[in-house]
Amino acid sequence: MWTLSPAEWTIVLLSLKVAICCVIVLLLPAMMVAWILARQRFWGQALLDALVHLPMVLPPVVLGYMLLVLLGRKGWIGRWLYEQFHIQLTFHWWGAVIASAVMAFPLMVRAIRQALYQVDPLLEQAAQTLGASPVRVFFTITLPLSYHGLLTGAILAFSRSLGEFGATITFAGNLEGETRTLPLAIYSLTQTPEGDAAALRLVVLSVLVSVLALLGSQWLERRLIRSQR
Amino acid sequence: MLQVDIQIRQPYAANAEAFALQARFELRPGHCLGIMGASGSGKTTLLHTISGLLMPASGTIHSGHQCWFDAERGIQWPPWQRHVGMVFQDGRLFPHLSVLQNLAYGMPSGGRISLEEVIAVLEIGHLARRRPGQLSGGEKQRVAIGRALLSQPVVLLMDEPLSGLDEALKQQVLPYIKKVMTTFGLPTLYVSHVREEVAEIADEMLILAQGQLRQPI
Repeated sequence: MWTLSPAEWTIVLLSLKVAICCVIVLLLPAMMVAWILARQRFWGQALLDALVHLPMVLPPVVLGYMLLVLLGRKGWIGRWLYEQFHIQLTFHWWGAVIASAVMAFPLMVRAIRQALYQVDPLLEQAAQTLGASPVRVFFTITLPLSYHGLLTGAILAFSRSLGEFGATITFAGNLEGETRTLPLAIYSLTQTPEGDAAALRLVVLSVLVSVLALLGSQWLERRLIRSQR
Repeated sequence: MLQVDIQIRQPYAANAEAFALQARFELRPGHCLGIMGASGSGKTTLLHTISGLLMPASGTIHSGHQCWFDAERGIQWPPWQRHVGMVFQDGRLFPHLSVLQNLAYGMPSGGRISLEEVIAVLEIGHLARRRPGQLSGGEKQRVAIGRALLSQPVVLLMDEPLSGLDEALKQQVLPYIKKVMTTFGLPTLYVSHVREEVAEIADEMLILAQGQLRQPI
Protein backbone atom coordinates (compact mmCIF):
# COMPACT_ATOMS: atom_id res chain seq x y z
CA MET A 1 0.00 0.00 0.00
CA TRP A 2 1.28 3.42 -1.02
CA THR A 3 1.22 5.75 2.00
CA LEU A 4 2.33 9.35 2.30
CA SER A 5 5.07 10.44 4.68
CA PRO A 6 4.29 13.34 7.06
CA ALA A 7 6.46 15.63 4.90
CA GLU A 8 4.50 14.66 1.76
CA TRP A 9 1.19 15.24 3.57
CA THR A 10 2.41 18.71 4.56
CA ILE A 11 3.25 19.52 0.93
CA VAL A 12 -0.07 18.24 -0.43
CA LEU A 13 -2.19 19.95 2.22
CA LEU A 14 -0.29 23.23 1.80
CA SER A 15 -0.77 23.08 -1.99
CA LEU A 16 -4.51 22.45 -1.58
CA LYS A 17 -4.81 25.21 1.03
CA VAL A 18 -3.05 27.71 -1.24
CA ALA A 19 -5.13 26.69 -4.30
CA ILE A 20 -8.47 26.84 -2.45
CA CYS A 21 -7.64 30.22 -0.89
CA CYS A 22 -6.51 31.46 -4.32
CA VAL A 23 -9.94 30.61 -5.79
CA ILE A 24 -11.80 32.21 -2.85
CA VAL A 25 -9.69 35.39 -3.01
CA LEU A 26 -10.25 35.71 -6.77
CA LEU A 27 -14.02 35.09 -6.96
CA LEU A 28 -15.32 38.56 -6.18
CA PRO A 29 -12.71 40.71 -7.99
CA ALA A 30 -12.76 38.42 -11.05
CA MET A 31 -16.58 38.59 -11.20
CA MET A 32 -16.52 42.38 -10.91
CA VAL A 33 -13.84 42.91 -13.56
CA ALA A 34 -15.45 40.36 -15.91
CA TRP A 35 -18.81 42.11 -15.55
CA ILE A 36 -17.26 45.54 -16.19
CA LEU A 37 -15.47 44.27 -19.31
CA ALA A 38 -18.51 42.39 -20.62
CA ARG A 39 -21.29 44.85 -19.87
CA GLN A 40 -19.84 48.36 -19.69
CA ARG A 41 -18.43 50.64 -22.38
CA PHE A 42 -16.00 53.29 -21.15
CA TRP A 43 -12.87 55.19 -22.06
CA GLY A 44 -9.75 53.17 -21.17
CA GLN A 45 -11.51 49.80 -21.46
CA ALA A 46 -8.84 48.44 -23.82
CA LEU A 47 -6.16 49.45 -21.32
CA LEU A 48 -7.95 47.68 -18.44
CA ASP A 49 -8.39 44.62 -20.66
CA ALA A 50 -4.67 44.61 -21.46
CA LEU A 51 -3.71 45.04 -17.78
CA VAL A 52 -5.96 42.12 -16.76
CA HIS A 53 -4.33 39.87 -19.34
CA LEU A 54 -0.75 40.96 -18.56
CA PRO A 55 0.00 37.98 -16.26
CA MET A 56 -0.71 35.63 -19.19
CA VAL A 57 2.09 37.09 -21.30
CA LEU A 58 4.63 38.18 -18.69
CA PRO A 59 7.17 35.61 -17.45
CA PRO A 60 6.03 34.45 -13.96
CA VAL A 61 9.40 35.39 -12.48
CA VAL A 62 8.95 38.98 -13.68
CA LEU A 63 5.55 39.08 -12.01
CA GLY A 64 7.01 37.59 -8.83
CA TYR A 65 9.64 40.30 -8.83
CA MET A 66 7.00 43.00 -9.34
CA LEU A 67 5.08 41.60 -6.37
CA LEU A 68 8.29 41.71 -4.34
CA VAL A 69 8.81 45.38 -5.23
CA LEU A 70 5.21 46.16 -4.27
CA LEU A 71 4.42 43.82 -1.39
CA GLY A 72 7.85 42.72 -0.10
CA ARG A 73 8.77 43.79 3.42
CA LYS A 74 10.68 46.74 1.97
CA GLY A 75 8.25 47.23 -0.91
CA TRP A 76 5.99 50.23 -1.50
CA ILE A 77 2.88 48.67 0.02
CA GLY A 78 4.58 45.84 1.93
CA ARG A 79 6.55 48.24 4.16
CA TRP A 80 3.32 50.01 5.15
CA LEU A 81 1.57 46.69 5.80
CA TYR A 82 4.42 45.58 8.05
CA GLU A 83 4.76 48.86 9.94
CA GLN A 84 1.01 49.31 10.48
CA PHE A 85 -0.26 45.76 10.97
CA HIS A 86 2.90 43.57 11.24
CA ILE A 87 1.76 41.72 8.11
CA GLN A 88 4.55 40.12 6.13
CA LEU A 89 3.59 38.34 2.91
CA THR A 90 7.01 37.11 1.79
CA PHE A 91 8.00 33.70 3.23
CA HIS A 92 4.39 33.24 4.30
CA TRP A 93 1.78 30.96 2.69
CA TRP A 94 -0.43 33.99 2.05
CA GLY A 95 2.36 35.22 -0.24
CA ALA A 96 1.99 31.99 -2.23
CA VAL A 97 -1.77 32.59 -2.41
CA ILE A 98 -1.24 36.12 -3.75
CA ALA A 99 1.37 35.00 -6.29
CA SER A 100 -0.87 32.27 -7.69
CA ALA A 101 -3.96 34.52 -7.53
CA VAL A 102 -2.23 37.13 -9.69
CA MET A 103 -1.23 34.43 -12.21
CA ALA A 104 -4.73 32.90 -12.26
CA PHE A 105 -6.67 36.18 -12.38
CA PRO A 106 -6.84 36.54 -16.20
CA LEU A 107 -7.92 32.91 -16.62
CA MET A 108 -10.82 33.39 -14.24
CA VAL A 109 -11.84 36.76 -15.71
CA ARG A 110 -11.82 35.31 -19.25
CA ALA A 111 -13.97 32.32 -18.31
CA ILE A 112 -16.56 34.43 -16.45
CA ARG A 113 -16.58 37.08 -19.17
CA GLN A 114 -17.29 34.52 -21.89
CA ALA A 115 -20.16 33.13 -19.82
CA LEU A 116 -21.56 36.64 -19.25
CA TYR A 117 -21.67 37.16 -23.02
CA GLN A 118 -24.02 34.16 -23.20
CA VAL A 119 -26.52 35.74 -20.76
CA ASP A 120 -29.27 37.56 -22.66
CA PRO A 121 -29.19 41.25 -21.57
CA LEU A 122 -32.92 41.37 -22.34
CA LEU A 123 -33.56 39.13 -19.33
CA GLU A 124 -31.64 41.59 -17.16
CA GLN A 125 -33.80 44.40 -18.56
CA ALA A 126 -36.95 42.41 -17.75
CA ALA A 127 -35.74 41.98 -14.16
CA GLN A 128 -35.13 45.73 -13.88
CA THR A 129 -38.70 46.50 -14.94
CA LEU A 130 -39.85 44.16 -12.15
CA GLY A 131 -38.18 46.43 -9.61
CA ALA A 132 -34.80 44.68 -9.26
CA SER A 133 -31.77 46.91 -8.70
CA PRO A 134 -28.61 46.18 -10.74
CA VAL A 135 -27.05 44.36 -7.76
CA ARG A 136 -30.11 42.12 -7.37
CA VAL A 137 -30.21 41.52 -11.12
CA PHE A 138 -26.57 40.43 -11.01
CA PHE A 139 -27.00 37.96 -8.16
CA THR A 140 -30.41 36.56 -9.16
CA ILE A 141 -30.25 36.56 -12.97
CA THR A 142 -26.76 37.16 -14.35
CA LEU A 143 -24.79 35.01 -11.93
CA PRO A 144 -27.06 31.92 -11.91
CA LEU A 145 -27.21 31.99 -15.72
CA SER A 146 -23.42 32.20 -16.03
CA TYR A 147 -22.51 29.77 -13.23
CA HIS A 148 -20.71 27.45 -15.67
CA GLY A 149 -18.25 30.27 -16.45
CA LEU A 150 -17.68 30.79 -12.75
CA LEU A 151 -17.11 27.08 -12.28
CA THR A 152 -14.74 26.90 -15.26
CA GLY A 153 -12.90 29.95 -13.95
CA ALA A 154 -12.61 28.40 -10.49
CA ILE A 155 -11.23 25.14 -11.94
CA LEU A 156 -8.72 27.01 -14.09
CA ALA A 157 -7.61 29.15 -11.15
CA PHE A 158 -7.33 26.09 -8.89
CA SER A 159 -5.26 24.21 -11.48
CA ARG A 160 -3.09 27.25 -12.21
CA SER A 161 -2.44 27.64 -8.49
CA LEU A 162 -1.52 23.96 -8.07
CA GLY A 163 1.03 24.30 -10.88
CA GLU A 164 2.30 27.79 -10.05
CA PHE A 165 6.09 27.96 -9.66
CA GLY A 166 7.92 31.05 -10.95
CA ALA A 167 6.01 33.86 -9.25
CA THR A 168 5.68 31.89 -5.99
CA ILE A 169 9.38 31.06 -5.62
CA THR A 170 10.37 34.66 -6.49
CA PHE A 171 7.85 36.38 -4.21
CA ALA A 172 6.97 33.96 -1.41
CA GLY A 173 10.20 31.95 -1.36
CA ASN A 174 10.73 28.20 -1.04
CA LEU A 175 10.25 27.65 2.67
CA GLU A 176 9.52 24.10 3.80
CA GLY A 177 6.10 23.81 5.45
CA GLU A 178 5.24 27.42 4.67
CA THR A 179 5.50 28.15 0.93
CA ARG A 180 6.90 24.90 -0.52
CA THR A 181 3.97 23.71 -2.62
CA LEU A 182 4.09 20.63 -4.90
CA PRO A 183 5.96 22.19 -7.85
CA LEU A 184 8.48 23.88 -5.54
CA ALA A 185 9.00 20.63 -3.61
CA ILE A 186 9.58 18.69 -6.85
CA TYR A 187 12.07 21.33 -7.99
CA SER A 188 13.88 21.21 -4.61
CA LEU A 189 14.14 17.41 -4.75
CA THR A 190 15.53 17.47 -8.30
CA GLN A 191 18.26 19.76 -6.99
CA THR A 192 19.08 17.29 -4.17
CA PRO A 193 21.45 14.34 -4.71
CA GLU A 194 19.42 11.08 -4.79
CA GLY A 195 16.16 13.01 -4.62
CA ASP A 196 14.85 11.61 -7.92
CA ALA A 197 12.71 8.83 -6.39
CA ALA A 198 11.05 11.24 -3.94
CA ALA A 199 10.52 13.74 -6.76
CA LEU A 200 8.84 11.02 -8.84
CA ARG A 201 6.47 10.22 -5.95
CA LEU A 202 5.48 13.90 -5.80
CA VAL A 203 4.98 13.97 -9.58
CA VAL A 204 2.58 11.02 -9.31
CA LEU A 205 0.89 12.77 -6.39
CA SER A 206 0.49 15.97 -8.45
CA VAL A 207 -1.18 14.03 -11.24
CA LEU A 208 -3.50 12.33 -8.74
CA VAL A 209 -4.50 15.59 -7.04
CA SER A 210 -5.17 17.25 -10.42
CA VAL A 211 -7.25 14.34 -11.73
CA LEU A 212 -9.26 14.23 -8.49
CA ALA A 213 -9.86 17.98 -8.67
CA LEU A 214 -11.07 17.69 -12.28
CA LEU A 215 -13.37 14.76 -11.45
CA GLY A 216 -14.74 16.71 -8.48
CA SER A 217 -15.47 19.75 -10.63
CA GLN A 218 -17.21 17.60 -13.27
CA TRP A 219 -19.38 16.08 -10.54
CA LEU A 220 -20.22 19.56 -9.22
CA GLU A 221 -21.09 20.80 -12.72
CA ARG A 222 -23.41 17.83 -13.32
CA ARG A 223 -25.16 18.53 -10.02
CA LEU A 224 -25.60 22.21 -10.90
CA ILE A 225 -27.00 21.39 -14.35
CA ARG A 226 -29.45 18.91 -12.78
CA SER A 227 -30.57 21.46 -10.17
CA GLN A 228 -31.34 24.04 -12.90
CA ARG A 229 -33.53 21.69 -14.98
CA MET B 1 -52.62 59.09 -14.48
CA LEU B 2 -49.64 58.62 -16.83
CA GLN B 3 -48.70 61.72 -18.80
CA VAL B 4 -46.18 61.34 -21.59
CA ASP B 5 -44.75 64.17 -23.66
CA ILE B 6 -41.45 63.08 -25.18
CA GLN B 7 -39.21 63.26 -28.20
CA ILE B 8 -37.11 60.20 -28.94
CA ARG B 9 -34.10 60.10 -31.24
CA GLN B 10 -31.99 57.03 -31.84
CA PRO B 11 -28.51 58.41 -31.12
CA TYR B 12 -26.57 55.69 -32.94
CA ALA B 13 -28.55 55.75 -36.16
CA ALA B 14 -26.67 56.89 -39.23
CA ASN B 15 -29.58 59.18 -40.07
CA ALA B 16 -30.91 60.43 -36.72
CA GLU B 17 -33.96 62.11 -38.27
CA ALA B 18 -35.18 58.84 -39.71
CA PHE B 19 -35.64 57.45 -36.17
CA ALA B 20 -37.11 60.51 -34.52
CA LEU B 21 -40.37 59.98 -32.67
CA GLN B 22 -42.68 62.38 -30.92
CA ALA B 23 -45.30 61.12 -28.47
CA ARG B 24 -47.82 63.08 -26.40
CA PHE B 25 -50.70 61.38 -24.62
CA GLU B 26 -52.39 60.76 -21.29
CA LEU B 27 -53.39 57.43 -19.84
CA ARG B 28 -56.26 57.71 -17.40
CA PRO B 29 -56.73 55.32 -14.43
CA GLY B 30 -58.40 52.06 -15.45
CA HIS B 31 -58.15 52.99 -19.11
CA CYS B 32 -56.53 50.90 -21.87
CA LEU B 33 -54.85 52.90 -24.60
CA GLY B 34 -53.93 50.97 -27.73
CA ILE B 35 -51.12 52.07 -30.02
CA MET B 36 -51.09 50.57 -33.47
CA GLY B 37 -48.12 50.90 -35.77
CA ALA B 38 -46.23 49.02 -38.44
CA SER B 39 -43.02 47.12 -37.64
CA GLY B 40 -40.16 49.56 -37.05
CA SER B 41 -42.47 52.48 -36.32
CA GLY B 42 -41.06 52.80 -32.79
CA LYS B 43 -43.74 51.09 -30.67
CA THR B 44 -41.24 49.06 -28.60
CA THR B 45 -38.90 52.06 -28.34
CA LEU B 46 -41.79 54.10 -26.91
CA LEU B 47 -42.61 51.47 -24.26
CA HIS B 48 -38.93 51.02 -23.37
CA THR B 49 -38.65 54.77 -22.93
CA ILE B 50 -41.66 54.90 -20.60
CA SER B 51 -40.29 51.96 -18.57
CA GLY B 52 -36.89 53.68 -18.23
CA LEU B 53 -34.89 51.18 -20.30
CA LEU B 54 -34.23 53.92 -22.87
CA MET B 55 -33.82 57.66 -22.39
CA PRO B 56 -35.77 60.12 -24.52
CA ALA B 57 -33.97 63.06 -26.10
CA SER B 58 -36.28 65.58 -24.45
CA GLY B 59 -39.65 66.04 -22.77
CA THR B 60 -41.30 64.78 -19.60
CA ILE B 61 -42.96 61.64 -18.23
CA HIS B 62 -45.21 61.90 -15.17
CA SER B 63 -47.03 59.21 -13.25
CA GLY B 64 -49.51 60.83 -10.88
CA HIS B 65 -47.49 63.24 -8.77
CA GLN B 66 -44.21 61.52 -9.59
CA CYS B 67 -41.91 62.90 -12.26
CA TRP B 68 -40.12 59.93 -13.86
CA PHE B 69 -38.35 61.93 -16.51
CA ASP B 70 -37.69 65.59 -17.12
CA ALA B 71 -34.92 66.43 -19.55
CA GLU B 72 -34.69 70.08 -18.54
CA ARG B 73 -34.51 69.37 -14.80
CA GLY B 74 -32.20 66.37 -15.31
CA ILE B 75 -34.63 63.90 -13.72
CA GLN B 76 -34.32 60.29 -14.90
CA TRP B 77 -35.73 57.55 -12.69
CA PRO B 78 -34.20 54.13 -13.29
CA PRO B 79 -36.54 51.30 -14.43
CA TRP B 80 -36.51 49.54 -11.04
CA GLN B 81 -38.03 52.58 -9.33
CA ARG B 82 -40.85 53.25 -11.80
CA HIS B 83 -43.13 50.29 -10.98
CA VAL B 84 -44.20 49.55 -14.52
CA GLY B 85 -45.47 46.10 -15.37
CA MET B 86 -43.85 45.31 -18.69
CA VAL B 87 -45.02 42.35 -20.78
CA PHE B 88 -42.54 41.71 -23.55
CA GLN B 89 -43.16 40.27 -27.00
CA ASP B 90 -41.17 37.12 -26.21
CA GLY B 91 -42.24 36.73 -22.58
CA ARG B 92 -38.68 36.96 -21.29
CA LEU B 93 -39.26 34.50 -18.46
CA PHE B 94 -36.19 33.64 -16.43
CA PRO B 95 -35.19 30.18 -17.67
CA HIS B 96 -33.46 29.07 -14.46
CA LEU B 97 -36.50 29.78 -12.25
CA SER B 98 -39.74 27.86 -11.94
CA VAL B 99 -43.04 29.46 -12.95
CA LEU B 100 -43.79 30.19 -9.29
CA GLN B 101 -40.36 31.79 -8.79
CA ASN B 102 -40.85 33.85 -11.95
CA LEU B 103 -44.22 35.06 -10.68
CA ALA B 104 -42.79 35.97 -7.28
CA TYR B 105 -39.66 37.67 -8.66
CA GLY B 106 -40.94 41.24 -8.54
CA MET B 107 -43.61 40.70 -5.89
CA PRO B 108 -43.26 42.93 -2.83
CA SER B 109 -44.75 41.74 0.46
CA GLY B 110 -48.30 42.91 1.12
CA GLY B 111 -49.17 44.08 -2.39
CA ARG B 112 -52.69 44.90 -3.58
CA ILE B 113 -52.66 42.16 -6.22
CA SER B 114 -52.23 38.72 -4.65
CA LEU B 115 -50.51 35.64 -6.03
CA GLU B 116 -53.65 33.52 -5.54
CA GLU B 117 -55.80 35.99 -7.47
CA VAL B 118 -53.36 36.18 -10.40
CA ILE B 119 -53.03 32.40 -10.54
CA ALA B 120 -56.82 32.06 -10.53
CA VAL B 121 -57.47 34.71 -13.21
CA LEU B 122 -54.77 33.43 -15.56
CA GLU B 123 -55.38 29.75 -14.70
CA ILE B 124 -51.69 28.95 -14.28
CA GLY B 125 -51.75 27.09 -10.96
CA HIS B 126 -50.97 23.75 -12.58
CA LEU B 127 -47.81 25.24 -14.17
CA ALA B 128 -46.32 26.49 -10.89
CA ARG B 129 -43.51 23.93 -10.59
CA ARG B 130 -42.57 23.86 -14.28
CA ARG B 131 -39.65 25.67 -15.88
CA PRO B 132 -40.27 28.14 -18.77
CA GLY B 133 -38.68 25.65 -21.16
CA GLN B 134 -41.53 23.24 -20.45
CA LEU B 135 -44.30 25.74 -21.33
CA SER B 136 -46.11 26.41 -24.60
CA GLY B 137 -46.00 29.91 -26.13
CA GLY B 138 -49.45 30.79 -24.78
CA GLU B 139 -48.62 29.53 -21.28
CA LYS B 140 -45.40 31.55 -21.29
CA GLN B 141 -47.29 34.75 -22.11
CA ARG B 142 -49.88 34.10 -19.39
CA VAL B 143 -47.07 33.63 -16.86
CA ALA B 144 -45.33 36.78 -18.15
CA ILE B 145 -48.57 38.77 -17.68
CA GLY B 146 -48.93 37.33 -14.16
CA ARG B 147 -45.34 38.22 -13.31
CA ALA B 148 -45.87 41.81 -14.47
CA LEU B 149 -49.12 42.11 -12.46
CA LEU B 150 -47.52 40.80 -9.28
CA SER B 151 -44.84 43.51 -9.33
CA GLN B 152 -47.79 45.76 -8.30
CA PRO B 153 -47.37 48.16 -11.22
CA VAL B 154 -48.91 51.60 -11.49
CA VAL B 155 -49.20 51.03 -15.25
CA LEU B 156 -49.16 47.93 -17.43
CA LEU B 157 -47.12 48.13 -20.64
CA MET B 158 -47.88 45.36 -23.13
CA ASP B 159 -45.51 45.09 -26.06
CA GLU B 160 -47.18 42.93 -28.73
CA PRO B 161 -47.84 40.09 -26.28
CA LEU B 162 -49.61 38.02 -28.95
CA SER B 163 -47.30 38.58 -31.91
CA GLY B 164 -45.16 35.50 -31.28
CA LEU B 165 -48.18 33.17 -31.16
CA ASP B 166 -50.04 31.39 -33.95
CA GLU B 167 -53.70 32.19 -34.57
CA ALA B 168 -55.05 29.37 -32.37
CA LEU B 169 -52.86 30.37 -29.42
CA LYS B 170 -53.74 34.05 -29.91
CA GLN B 171 -57.41 33.18 -29.53
CA GLN B 172 -56.55 31.25 -26.35
CA VAL B 173 -54.57 34.08 -24.72
CA LEU B 174 -56.77 37.02 -25.79
CA PRO B 175 -59.60 36.26 -23.30
CA TYR B 176 -57.07 36.18 -20.46
CA ILE B 177 -55.78 39.65 -21.37
CA LYS B 178 -59.35 40.97 -21.38
CA LYS B 179 -60.00 39.27 -18.05
CA VAL B 180 -56.88 40.92 -16.57
CA MET B 181 -58.11 44.33 -17.76
CA THR B 182 -61.53 43.96 -16.16
CA THR B 183 -60.35 42.24 -12.95
CA PHE B 184 -57.44 44.49 -12.00
CA GLY B 185 -58.41 47.73 -13.77
CA LEU B 186 -54.84 48.87 -14.26
CA PRO B 187 -54.09 51.67 -16.72
CA THR B 188 -52.67 49.82 -19.70
CA LEU B 189 -50.72 50.75 -22.77
CA TYR B 190 -51.19 48.04 -25.38
CA VAL B 191 -49.12 48.15 -28.58
CA SER B 192 -49.45 45.94 -31.61
CA HIS B 193 -49.17 46.04 -35.37
CA VAL B 194 -52.56 44.27 -35.73
CA ARG B 195 -55.39 46.79 -35.84
CA GLU B 196 -58.16 44.27 -34.98
CA GLU B 197 -56.26 43.09 -31.91
CA VAL B 198 -55.82 46.63 -30.58
CA ALA B 199 -59.46 47.47 -31.36
CA GLU B 200 -60.65 44.41 -29.44
CA ILE B 201 -58.60 45.11 -26.30
CA ALA B 202 -58.17 48.87 -26.03
CA ASP B 203 -60.73 51.52 -25.03
CA GLU B 204 -59.09 54.02 -27.37
CA MET B 205 -56.61 53.69 -30.22
CA LEU B 206 -53.79 55.87 -31.53
CA ILE B 207 -51.80 55.26 -34.69
CA LEU B 208 -48.01 55.57 -34.67
CA ALA B 209 -46.69 56.45 -38.11
CA GLN B 210 -43.85 58.62 -39.45
CA GLY B 211 -42.71 59.33 -35.90
CA GLN B 212 -46.04 60.84 -34.83
CA LEU B 213 -49.00 59.62 -32.78
CA ARG B 214 -52.37 60.52 -34.31
CA GLN B 215 -56.04 59.60 -34.06
CA PRO B 216 -57.19 56.85 -36.44
CA ILE B 217 -59.08 58.00 -39.50
